[in-house]
Amino acid sequence: MRSLIDIGDFTVDEINELIATANDIIAHPQAYSEKCKGKKLASLFFEPSTRTRLSFEAAMLELGGSVIGFSEAASSSAAKGESVADTARTVSCYADIIAMRHPKEGAPYVASLNATIPVINAGDGGHNHPTQTLADLLTIYREKGGFENLTVGFCGDLKFGRTVHSLINALSRYSGIKVVLISPDELKLPSYVKKDVLAKNGIPYEQTGDLEGAMPTLDILYMTRVQRERFFNEEDYLRLKDSYILDMKKLKTAKPDLSIMHPLPRVNEISTEVDSDPRACYFKQVLYGKYMRMALILKLLSEAGRL
Amino acid sequence: MNIDSITNGIVIDHISAGRGMRLYELLELDKLDCSVAIIKNVVSKKLGKKDIIKIDADISLNMDVIGYVDPGVTVNIIRNGSLEEKRRIDKPAILRNVIKCRNPRCITSTEQELDHIFKLTDAQKDIYRCVYCEAKATDREG
Repeated sequence: MRSLIDIGDFTVDEINELIATANDIIAHPQAYSEKCKGKKLASLFFEPSTRTRLSFEAAMLELGGSVIGFSEAASSSAAKGESVADTARTVSCYADIIAMRHPKEGAPYVASLNATIPVINAGDGGHNHPTQTLADLLTIYREKGGFENLTVGFCGDLKFGRTVHSLINALSRYSGIKVVLISPDELKLPSYVKKDVLAKNGIPYEQTGDLEGAMPTLDILYMTRVQRERFFNEEDYLRLKDSYILDMKKLKTAKPDLSIMHPLPRVNEISTEVDSDPRACYFKQVLYGKYMRMALILKLLSEAGRL
Repeated sequence: MNIDSITNGIVIDHISAGRGMRLYELLELDKLDCSVAIIKNVVSKKLGKKDIIKIDADISLNMDVIGYVDPGVTVNIIRNGSLEEKRRIDKPAILRNVIKCRNPRCITSTEQELDHIFKLTDAQKDIYRCVYCEAKATDREG
């Protein structure tokens, strides 16, 4: 049974195929409005989420399907001590596909080993969140028309940001990508990502602490939040925090066709004055996430012979 | 130092010096009733120094444990006083319930019935990762 646990489970061709389906859904939404009629998505969220859960549920509803599930562990049998494996076996009897978020790393993988229907990882702790990466990829594709020959800047917390690692991983499979890593020393991209992903795939990259300096070279700027609790001392945090807050002043030297992305939720790392700039893509990114989830549900249900 | 030769049993040879005790623990040799000798820091032409384990009983060993702790080790099976089989043990592709994942955020930390499975993800650098959370195995040295 095919599932999506890690973005690496899909080949570049399969991701391109999902992007093509998502683009077709955007162009002809009516053609897809009954594709999943009579099918059920089990939305199993063992921890709270706004965007991802609603995105999956909206995706299934727009395909004409329906949704069952829970939005916190307290209202599931997990509260009684049921294992992930048993939950997956049980839910397989009621639904056609599962979207699972769980605070423990590897829980959706355990579900996929025991379910008889496809499982989509909707985020497992700080580990994987492949549908966020799919949303990011569609955004880049829609904004830039492809992935080749782009300079992509990642800014903020590059050490703990799972979305950053996962997107770097996915982009490294395309040719002509150049990466600029913009972060304070404390939050640099881990060396194993630099070595095993960037260097291994021959992706040129540079590291800098200077967002304004890097700005003119960027085609994409992927912002993340610099959190206070990641610093050893308050002084360093206070000294650095404003350098990684994006505002119109810092955008002065940016390319006119820069695309600004953010996995959201945003706290203060992108000033709200940027929201009305045409280069801000982060709310479009949310919308594209829904279309990619629609494409993904269709692919997995079809491969499982359920469509 | 003299250790009696074995008539029926197993000699684990060419263990990297210092890894003998870890192998002893992971193979759970402490649970055996027969004589078991760990000889540390034996002079070796090939390795400079090595450890050797002698087990005075014909038991079955988990070769995956040996291959994980110290690939390249030689296992000699002795029967009726003579060498019956000599095997060089390579690192296994999969380790099942040999070591535990120590990542507190891993699903195995809360779901006790799950097998602890590690996969060899980089044979050159000898890196094993948990199949659930991808945390690196850290306890080869014990």
